[in-house]
Amino acid sequence: MSNDGQRFDRLPATDDERELESRATLEEVVGWWDERFGIGSEEFEEHTFWEKGAGKIWIAYGEHPSPTEIEGLGMKFLRTRQEHWKPTTNAVQRFGRVAKKNVIDLDPERAMAFVRGKDQEVEWDGDWGYLIAAHEIAGEREPLGVGLYLHGELRSVVPKGRRRED
Amino acid sequence: MEVLSRYEPLVDDFEAFLAACERSLPAVVRVNTIKAGVERTKRALDEEGVGYEDRKWNETVLELDTDKPGNTWPYFHGWIHGQEEVSSLPATVLDPQPGERVLDACAAPGGKTAQIAALMDDTGLVVANDNNLGRLSALRFNAERLGLTDVAVTRQDARNFSLKPFGFEAFDRTLVDAPCSCEGIIRKRPDTLDEWSLSHVEGVSGVQKGILKRAIQATRSGGTVVYSTCTFAPEENEAVLDHVLESEDCRVVEFDTPLESRPGVTEWNGEEYDRSIRKARRYYPHHNDTGGFFCAKLEVTG
Repeated sequence: MSNDGQRFDRLPATDDERELESRATLEEVVGWWDERFGIGSEEFEEHTFWEKGAGKIWIAYGEHPSPTEIEGLGMKFLRTRQEHWKPTTNAVQRFGRVAKKNVIDLDPERAMAFVRGKDQEVEWDGDWGYLIAAHEIAGEREPLGVGLYLHGELRSVVPKGRRRED
Repeated sequence: MEVLSRYEPLVDDFEAFLAACERSLPAVVRVNTIKAGVERTKRALDEEGVGYEDRKWNETVLELDTDKPGNTWPYFHGWIHGQEEVSSLPATVLDPQPGERVLDACAAPGGKTAQIAALMDDTGLVVANDNNLGRLSALRFNAERLGLTDVAVTRQDARNFSLKPFGFEAFDRTLVDAPCSCEGIIRKRPDTLDEWSLSHVEGVSGVQKGILKRAIQATRSGGTVVYSTCTFAPEENEAVLDHVLESEDCRVVEFDTPLESRPGVTEWNGEEYDRSIRKARRYYPHHNDTGGFFCAKLEVTG
């Protein structure tokens, strides 16, 4: 069994069910969101997780046959098979509202710079690595996307097509 | 605009119709209720100083007082998506329910797919199909920006759509928002009629018949198929319905239409169509200040 970039393979539930050594398990993927952001597995109870292309994990509502050869299944969720796993902007926007940790709140000026793709120096006492950048809008905190915090700097990893250009 | 003169016998107040076709369209968006409610979206627009106006028939449809809805926070967050007012109609006529299996046969760039998914609370399954790779990539981008997880994207010829990848036999509902000569989007793209020819209309009509036929076959008995286009040509609307009524197990059913409309025509250029096609609806630009549109609701009977 090998990884195939043209099809969706459902993630094995746990290590015991794993046939492809490099493939992440459901337990690891859901566990990572909990560990990193305090987003519990109950948020994903109705979803299934899939790999298409080496390391690209997708999240989809409900059950589907595995493997499935189609163009898209739900949304890209997490990049694995690299030293530091990286959540997608779209996943953080959809599921990140309930995050309990590793969320960096940005004031209006910094929020605007962030969504324009600018890196900026920030004060941050928490973990290094991938954070959820958020701002306040319409009375509540709302996730903007993914930032990479290293050496006192927050790098915006908002993809080009998702940035604000005004 | 000369092309449109062929519709003079069908359209009341033809001068007003032509005048409306020359005006540009208002900037209208749909609120993506998967990510934010209408009230929160309005509050965010207020904070940014962007004016908006409600559409009475659908609370998720807003006209924005800006030329660039894409340069707002609600857009960045995927709370709103640009969608012409009348384009919001077919998904509401389809009336998909949470948990159902729905096919959007000609889905790109995905505005209607996203609306269907939102009406289903991002549950069940929406299969978004298109045959054009470039347009599919726009669809995928939009669906992910809007945070949808119940959308599966396929690239097939809708005339031969296969359910094999999904392991079930029929959809509960199918939308066929067919490729067409697009006469009705003249307010968005004024050059849309420059390439118009009757032979193109007739060619497209053949494709539309094939797509609608397969859509009916792929939908369960008792299920719903909605057929829509953004063109005025009866060859691409009523003639397509007339064709499938003869060959497939289905019937045209009435639907509540909140926008002003006219019945489907039953006579055109010496052709006569099935009387039940009057239950289909035509939408003209001067009636609701929208683009032109056609929409029919079918019930699958076999």
